[in-house]
Amino acid sequence: MHRYVRRAAAASTALALALLAACGAGSGDDGKTVRLVTHDSFNVSKSVLKKFTERTGYKVEVVSGGDAGAMVNQAALNKGNPQGDVLFGVDTALLSRALDQKIFTPYRAKGLDKVPERYRADDRNRVTPVDSGEICVNYDRKYFAEKDLEPPRTLDDLTKPAYRDLLVTENAATSSPGLGFLLATVDEYGEDGWNSYWKKLRANGVEVVDGWEQAYNDRFSGSRGGKGEGDRPLVVSYASSPPVEVVDADPKPKQAPTGVARETCFQQVEFAGLLDGAGNAEGGRKLLDFLLGKEFQEDMPLQMFVNPVREDARLPELFTRYGEQAKDPATMAPERIADNHEQWVKAWTSLVVK
Amino acid sequence: MDVTRREVVRAKGRFASGNLVRLGLMAVPFVFFGLFFAYPVAAIVGRGLRPEGAWAFSVLGEVLADPAIGRVLWFTLWQAAASTALTLALGVPAAYVFARLEFPGKRLLRAVLVIPFVLPTVVAGSAFLALLGRGGVLDGLFGVRLDTSVWAILVAHVFFNFAVVVRTVGGLWAQLDPRQEEAARVLGAGRAAAWRRVVLPALAPSIGAASLIVFLFTFTSFGIVQILGGPRYATLEVEIYRQTADLFQLPTAAVLTLLQLLVVVLLLAWHARTVRKRESTLSLVPAEQTAHPPRGRGQWALLWAVLGVVGVLVVAPLAVLVERSFNGPDGYGLTFYRQLFTDTGNTTFPVPPIAAVGNSLAYAAAATALALVVGSLAATALTVRRGAGGPGRLVRGFDALLMLPLGTSAVTVGFGFLVALDEPPLDLRESWLLVPLAQALVGVPFVVRTLLPVLRAVDVRLRESAAVLGASPLRVWREVDLPMVGRSAAVAAGFAFAVSLGEFGATVFLARPDAPTLPVAVARFLGRAGEANYGQAMALSTLLMVVCGATLLVLERVRTHSAGEF
Repeated sequence: MHRYVRRAAAASTALALALLAACGAGSGDDGKTVRLVTHDSFNVSKSVLKKFTERTGYKVEVVSGGDAGAMVNQAALNKGNPQGDVLFGVDTALLSRALDQKIFTPYRAKGLDKVPERYRADDRNRVTPVDSGEICVNYDRKYFAEKDLEPPRTLDDLTKPAYRDLLVTENAATSSPGLGFLLATVDEYGEDGWNSYWKKLRANGVEVVDGWEQAYNDRFSGSRGGKGEGDRPLVVSYASSPPVEVVDADPKPKQAPTGVARETCFQQVEFAGLLDGAGNAEGGRKLLDFLLGKEFQEDMPLQMFVNPVREDARLPELFTRYGEQAKDPATMAPERIADNHEQWVKAWTSLVVK
Repeated sequence: MDVTRREVVRAKGRFASGNLVRLGLMAVPFVFFGLFFAYPVAAIVGRGLRPEGAWAFSVLGEVLADPAIGRVLWFTLWQAAASTALTLALGVPAAYVFARLEFPGKRLLRAVLVIPFVLPTVVAGSAFLALLGRGGVLDGLFGVRLDTSVWAILVAHVFFNFAVVVRTVGGLWAQLDPRQEEAARVLGAGRAAAWRRVVLPALAPSIGAASLIVFLFTFTSFGIVQILGGPRYATLEVEIYRQTADLFQLPTAAVLTLLQLLVVVLLLAWHARTVRKRESTLSLVPAEQTAHPPRGRGQWALLWAVLGVVGVLVVAPLAVLVERSFNGPDGYGLTFYRQLFTDTGNTTFPVPPIAAVGNSLAYAAAATALALVVGSLAATALTVRRGAGGPGRLVRGFDALLMLPLGTSAVTVGFGFLVALDEPPLDLRESWLLVPLAQALVGVPFVVRTLLPVLRAVDVRLRESAAVLGASPLRVWREVDLPMVGRSAAVAAGFAFAVSLGEFGATVFLARPDAPTLPVAVARFLGRAGEANYGQAMALSTLLMVVCGATLLVLERVRTHSAGEF
């Protein structure tokens, strides 16, 4: 009868061994692959990526770990033994944490001299700015045309009675655009004033939903994805959302169906860096150069709907024709965000949500 | 004479070694859970509680003393209890209808019930908003709006978990010998009394198992609470995610994880004391013999009531999604489906999105196989030698261990994998196996919970007689247990498959970008603006439903054949 015990034990050993063998087969570091750790919004044309391989001999393998916050935290947990060589997608709000956790090693990417000073955030070049984007209030053109109402332009406008019950925004605690919008108001009204601004906004009927998907697809009346079934004509989204609405349209309309309230914006910069302990540091450096290269910078707008940081990168026609430029977007030093983030979100939550 | 006595002695010897057999059977599940659950979770909790290499227990007091955490815990508990009660109230009558009544389309409808299980919450949430939210169908008809209310959360929880009750309870109910109830009636018991004293006690273990699973699922509810409840409501699971992925407060997350585990352990202990005591040997018959067309006004009314509930609660939200997937830019058509087959030319979908169907099937098949092997070994180990004394403490602890993954936050497991399985020989971070492993963790409890009530209901004397007649333990299992369990095994496989197919919380961290599963691909589409992305998300969701429904229908067929072996 001990046979059965032995048999079961043998089976479990076999299972364990099979698993171990399977893991060993997984990682193939031949020095010809460079791994890019990024968030799930990352996107690049395959043809552009292929050019990188042709030029350097390195194949790019994309490793993604959820949203930007989760990605940075995973990198911090795997510090010194990273999942890849380069990490892309640290935004302004996350930068301090990434630097404090010392996950990057300095490298000055080629092409950095083409990037205006205002985008750079680290003297030691532990991170390289790659793109910038603005979080702005978007409006549904049709709604405002039908109501013969001027769409709002500024943050102040949003508290006016004319725009009562029209705005939907995201939870600042869990959503990146939600947080960006909160930061825009903190920047505009200051430490002492943003609370009373949000009280007014709340009194004016702002709706808060969990994430961008619910706000934009389900609640916003201007998104074609949601078939305009939402009943809020104002939503916190991106400056680049209007071009996205027409990207697949055929024939192209004269005007995007949505517009941007140009003085409600918060600017986010996204950074990349060489991971400390990278298995292929040489390939990683080449990849960073590539991210700042003209090809990638000019490919980005249509793939990720962000603006290039290189001065000499040309915007595609879709952007120049349908996009709108934010006017003096709000910005904030990463240290200030890091120091106050939790406290602001807590105060905001008790002010707006509870 | 002589021969018989020798056989008896030998049989007795076999049963005396039951504990050894049990230990042997437990080895595989034990290694599996140790390596892929206990170790990763301990690693990530350890990171939180020992930030600088020294234990920081002070954080324990700080977090637990925070009144906000107390409120979160209270909300988590009561909404889970309320959701479970509501699901039972609606699910048990449905279980009866599906177990005992014959009606056209029954098999199809039973497969449809499981579909919500595999839907990503972000998709199901969107469907619910279309029905219950502002400007939704209910709003238009009756001016009723349930979004950002606790009712929306409860109703959505019923939507997701209805199948657990119908299939777990119904699976046993279909095999209960109706003659016992009839006998009670003949002996003068009223309908209610017969139900209370004969049927209910017999069903108790499966109702207990279903409640436990529903409670654990809703206790760890994440997406639904966020999407339908809005920012006002948070469960422990939501808070753990926020602390881990948004704020990187690992110490707080660790304390909350421990708190969550503690509640689950207490619940499991209570469940073991109250419910499992009731498990008893039942006389089981093939399901085909118990089902009959509805008779009398009462049964017809019940059938229509159940169909009504299913229609409103399950079919309507699914129909919304299907409708949207066909509602293209130029009216109804297949535009979005066609787009799924085109190469996007970028890295969001390095291969045409339709490939996600194949990825999902492959991952789910691997996860189901893993869950079935581990789960059935565990369930067998838990039933070995029930006749001589109750199960020991070791067994009960082991049983509880298997359930723990259901009550553990997915982000904890996902992050734990990355922290714990990052060194050779166990550097699994790059391995495809990570996904089915994480999915199987959630599948195993289903297999165990579905198989246990049936295995325990098998009359021990059947096994003993087989042993006395000279059958080896393996043969006893094959000839006695397997035929009776075959039906439930198919149900269990269906659940494990559906759970794997729909798993999102851990998979999103672990799946490789070039091999997304269906839910991961849907989330990728939904995260991007534009009609094409939204439409393709709906089209993929519809395909996910079809894949799930078709698989379950095939399994039901398999089940029907094996049931013929009774």
